[in-house]
Amino acid sequence: MKKRKVIEEQFFKYLLGFFTYSLILILFFIVYEIAKKGIPALSWEMITQVPKGGFYFGKEGGIYNAILGSLYLALGASLISIAVSLPVALFMNISLVRHEKILTSIRLVLDLLWGVPPIVYGAFAFSIMIIFGLKASLLAGILTIAFLIMPVMIRAMDEVFKNIPVGLFESTLSLGATRFEVAGIFFRQALPGVATAFLLGFAKGIGDTAAVLFTAGYTDYVPDRLGEPAATLPLAIFYQLSSPIEEVKARAYAAAVVLTLLILAISIVSRYLSSKVSKNTVS
Amino acid sequence: MACVFIVLLLPLLIVLSLIIKATPIFHVEDVSQLLFSSAWQPSAGKFGFLPFILSSLVVTAIGLVIMIPLSLLPAIYLTQYASPRVLGVMRSVIDILAGIPSVIHGVWGVLVIVPFISLYIGPLFGTDTSGYTVLAGGIILAIATLPFVLHMLLEVFRSIPIELKEATLSLGATYWETIKKVVLKKALPGIIAAFALGISKAFGETIAVLMVVGNVVQIPKGAFDAGYPLPALIANNYGEMMSIPMYDSALMFAALLLFVVVLLFNFISRVLIQRTTTY
Repeated sequence: MKKRKVIEEQFFKYLLGFFTYSLILILFFIVYEIAKKGIPALSWEMITQVPKGGFYFGKEGGIYNAILGSLYLALGASLISIAVSLPVALFMNISLVRHEKILTSIRLVLDLLWGVPPIVYGAFAFSIMIIFGLKASLLAGILTIAFLIMPVMIRAMDEVFKNIPVGLFESTLSLGATRFEVAGIFFRQALPGVATAFLLGFAKGIGDTAAVLFTAGYTDYVPDRLGEPAATLPLAIFYQLSSPIEEVKARAYAAAVVLTLLILAISIVSRYLSSKVSKNTVS
Repeated sequence: MACVFIVLLLPLLIVLSLIIKATPIFHVEDVSQLLFSSAWQPSAGKFGFLPFILSSLVVTAIGLVIMIPLSLLPAIYLTQYASPRVLGVMRSVIDILAGIPSVIHGVWGVLVIVPFISLYIGPLFGTDTSGYTVLAGGIILAIATLPFVLHMLLEVFRSIPIELKEATLSLGATYWETIKKVVLKKALPGIIAAFALGISKAFGETIAVLMVVGNVVQIPKGAFDAGYPLPALIANNYGEMMSIPMYDSALMFAALLLFVVVLLFNFISRVLIQRTTTY
């Protein structure tokens, strides 16, 4: 009887452990497979040139247009989004902090919005664009992505602001500071967290495909005005992978490597920043 | 203040604009026809969404079946057995997994899962398949939704009072018995909530699934059939939708459907989770 218990305990411990460590394997498997296919196809030319004539038949050129398009798009969207999100998150945690019920429902709405699939945002933005007769452009893409990442940013910052000690809030107020000045203190205290939220939104924006599919269009050139369409990395991968030509497919893998590296780099920076958050915490 | 309203009005705005754009289709066919007919001939004005709805359901179900052990077991291990250091490392792994864009999942699916199904799993079951199947879609979905569900499960298990475990252990139960009989029971609503969140994520996943699922308009009869989920339908046809009458309206109806289903599951999930974690 006792032995059976011990065996059961051991068995499940190893089973659970096996499934846990298999997650690391999955991650490495994904990165390894992309790298194995993509790195041989990666070249300096790939990332510094726009597509030339016959690019989509395997001739010269690169994905510079998509890299830059993605960066423009994600940066623009993150900036707009943070400009809206930061006041919202501050407002929630300073002015609404006593209204528990309102706060809970706002958080619920934000969480629901977070769950809305990008393709629905894309369709929504597209339907708005049809109503106003707009064409796919960098600006439309930026706005769509901005709406897409707003709930993520607000919730991420909200979590950081929520953990600021009440004592700091109260002592600032007791010194005669206005709510606006309190917001300034909160912002300074939570700066690494705000930066992390920004990067989180940026990463989500740069990797998203479904929402820009309708709205940003695709072009072989680097856009120099907001009204022009813009290529994006995920779409470049998606389109080139569906080509039957091997060279073009190889480029899709190379573009996938570029995108993965970008995402990993952002992830490392934000990991570093969030480790700073915990160091700054006043207790 | 104004900013808060913009954000809160967003869901309303989405629903309204989708309904407005989808209205024309309701004048042509009634809702039951749209939902339960499998006749899909946009150029003939026939819009039956059944193949797409069923494809979505099948892909999501397969994804869920694969995702459940892959998320639940590590969540138990990490919260009940693992040392803080292991938990820290695994949190990073989960976060990085969560950050991988869906198009990368798709590329990986095309490179690994699709050939694997066509070369090994298909022959194992005696079927000849290209690999572009609902099974491939399900596997990719499991990988894509896994980190989110796992993250939520970690929160759920963490919210279980330590006293409960201590009491059980002091009565002579082993760790596994404690987990099986106390922790899992206590966490059940939270676990269901996490999976509901996973379902809603899976239902809306577009590009990754689209790349591996085959995109054939048919009702999938088994794991080795190709399917055509709703998000893939929207993503694939936005280019042509303006040239065929009613097509755009039909696609907006699909988006509306997706929105409603996802919102419903999300809502259930959030309400359940608020009940479990607030003690």
